[in-house]
Amino acid sequence: MVDPAASQAERRSLADAPVRVVSARASLPTRLRNLWSRRELLFSLISSDIRIKYKGSALGIFWSMLSPALTLSIYFLVFSVFLKNGIPNFIVYLFAGLLVWNMFQTGVNSATGVIVDRAGLVKKVSFPREILALANVGAAVIYFGIQLVVLAIFLLVVGHQPDWAMLWILPISFVTLYLFTASVAVVMSAVTVYLRDMRHLMEVVLQLWFWMTPVIYSYENTIAAPLRRHGLSILYFLNPVTLIVLTFQRIIYVATTVKSTAVRGATLQILPSWPVSTYFYLNLAMMGVMVALFLVAITVFGRLEGNFESEL
Amino acid sequence: MTVVIDVQNVSKQFKIHHERHQSLKERLLHPKSGSTELFHALSDINFSVASGETVGIVGHNGSGKSTLLKCICGVLQPTSGDIRIRGNLAALLELGAGFQPELSGRDNVFLYGAMLGFSRRMVDEIFDDIVAFSEIGHFIDTQVKFYSSGMYVRLAFAVAVNVDPDILVVDEVLAVGDERFQAKCIDRIRRFQEEGRSILLVTHNADQVRALCNRAIALDGGVMIADGPTQDSLRIFREHLLEDSVELDRTGAQANVSIDSITTPSGTFDVKSGAGMHFDVDITSHGAYSGNFVMEIFTRSGLLISRSDAQGSPVNLKPGPNRIGVDLAQIPLLDGVYDLNVGIVEHHRNTVIAWREQAASIQVSYGGREGGIVEIGATIRQQ
Repeated sequence: MVDPAASQAERRSLADAPVRVVSARASLPTRLRNLWSRRELLFSLISSDIRIKYKGSALGIFWSMLSPALTLSIYFLVFSVFLKNGIPNFIVYLFAGLLVWNMFQTGVNSATGVIVDRAGLVKKVSFPREILALANVGAAVIYFGIQLVVLAIFLLVVGHQPDWAMLWILPISFVTLYLFTASVAVVMSAVTVYLRDMRHLMEVVLQLWFWMTPVIYSYENTIAAPLRRHGLSILYFLNPVTLIVLTFQRIIYVATTVKSTAVRGATLQILPSWPVSTYFYLNLAMMGVMVALFLVAITVFGRLEGNFESEL
Repeated sequence: MTVVIDVQNVSKQFKIHHERHQSLKERLLHPKSGSTELFHALSDINFSVASGETVGIVGHNGSGKSTLLKCICGVLQPTSGDIRIRGNLAALLELGAGFQPELSGRDNVFLYGAMLGFSRRMVDEIFDDIVAFSEIGHFIDTQVKFYSSGMYVRLAFAVAVNVDPDILVVDEVLAVGDERFQAKCIDRIRRFQEEGRSILLVTHNADQVRALCNRAIALDGGVMIADGPTQDSLRIFREHLLEDSVELDRTGAQANVSIDSITTPSGTFDVKSGAGMHFDVDITSHGAYSGNFVMEIFTRSGLLISRSDAQGSPVNLKPGPNRIGVDLAQIPLLDGVYDLNVGIVEHHRNTVIAWREQAASIQVSYGGREGGIVEIGATIRQQ
């Protein structure tokens, strides 16, 4: 037996080693610091998530593009070819919107049940549990990146130019999208532990949400006028995804007013004709709101986390 | 000495749902969710562990020892109080809980390392040590779902002990693997001790605590009943168990049994190695009991040398004073002082009726040339 008094001097300098506190409720800064210190785990989880998903499949990660590609073609076929919505170059417009929507939907959908699904891990290993939800959102970011590359190649092939002068707003818009997706994902993953129905409810809500977002129709061209008449435009913009989708469409599709391909001589207002600065300020403001929302989401998660053990 | 684990006023309560309402419909129909009951798993636990200490936590099932450990590891949050951990902590709670069956052993090592809080670079450096220790060999690139349960556990253990933790938390896991691997694990734990790391060992195996720990904490029903040198804590723990079992023993309501003394005819417990010994155990019993007499012999460093079978030596206690004679035909022990625990265990339910820790100490003197504990008496000749 080793006598502690006799055991040689302290290993390393334990005296200045960081102290971790486990207590009933961690403060928000502590939670954020813990999250940041475990970012390496986040990256490990993202890569293992993606690898597990496509393990043993011949096409691998290309499967992640097949479904969006199919959706894209079907919408294009139905709305542009069959229903003749008259928007020229509709596939580019559609692609820009779907890019945003896919990231949001994939992130939220996959993160909603993650804590319940990984209950074994949550009950046995210590790490900030939000990381599980954030890893799923991270995987969605990877798919987003792949689709973005495909979009770039597509634009190159069809010879469509994005609005180069506005391209710098895209990162701001993307960060806003990430923060919003992460906030919803983190909160939903915790709520699902208490209400298992959330997973199914979320699928329905997301479907409805999709149609409230101007992805496959044009906001300006359809409901903008009646909403404005009743002063209800703000309601439509309460959906944070709307602004992001509009920004992406504005930057990638570029034209705000186009000549209809369906009705000769008619012009269509497709996108809001705001100046660049408006897009910038709106996105910046939205990003600020999303940062706050993210902090709220982490706090809410912290509140709900305490009883995971007895609920899982 | 730096304090590496500081547990202050930690309490943990669990809500026990008698009816669980987890679907939305049920939640809406029963807003005040069913009947719940608060279960106090831990009540106001206070202790600290200095660097270099090996502390055992003992308690029977449901005593809260695993809950305490989970709180220390940060898997659970205490309901009140806080725990301060200084330095890296590697926990061997449920080995391999973080493994992803679809990934290869190699990927899992990095993932598990990240879960324990170690960077990829650190794991990279010790990767070969991990593989060597786990004895997985070239299966390291096989998907973990094809591993045997032994391989699974060995790999997880190898990661946890090789990542260079300041504090190692071990929960009942030494019962895994074959004997040889177990010995290797114990070996590694001893090396950790020599290197001055802190170890927290949770088990209900008192022998293991005696062999590895210099201090023990005993828990009973979520309350800390002892914290001190291993021998003392284990004694208190056993006595507590005893009180519990007497409480449960409804057959002889006020009756209890106490072991009063152990005496030898000569009056001393000094004995020559190889010689025989007789001693008498005096027991006062209030009521008639029948049970088996159990005797344990320990070295001073806490190694169990012998335990007589709890099923084997029946005695019938009659009300009043009883005397039980014990004959040791020949004591093959070498020089040293050996502690004797004696007790009586009830036949069927295996509950302890009476127990006395360190009831006596035997002083053995040995004139021969062998070293160690036991005289084997080897004869060497060249052929």
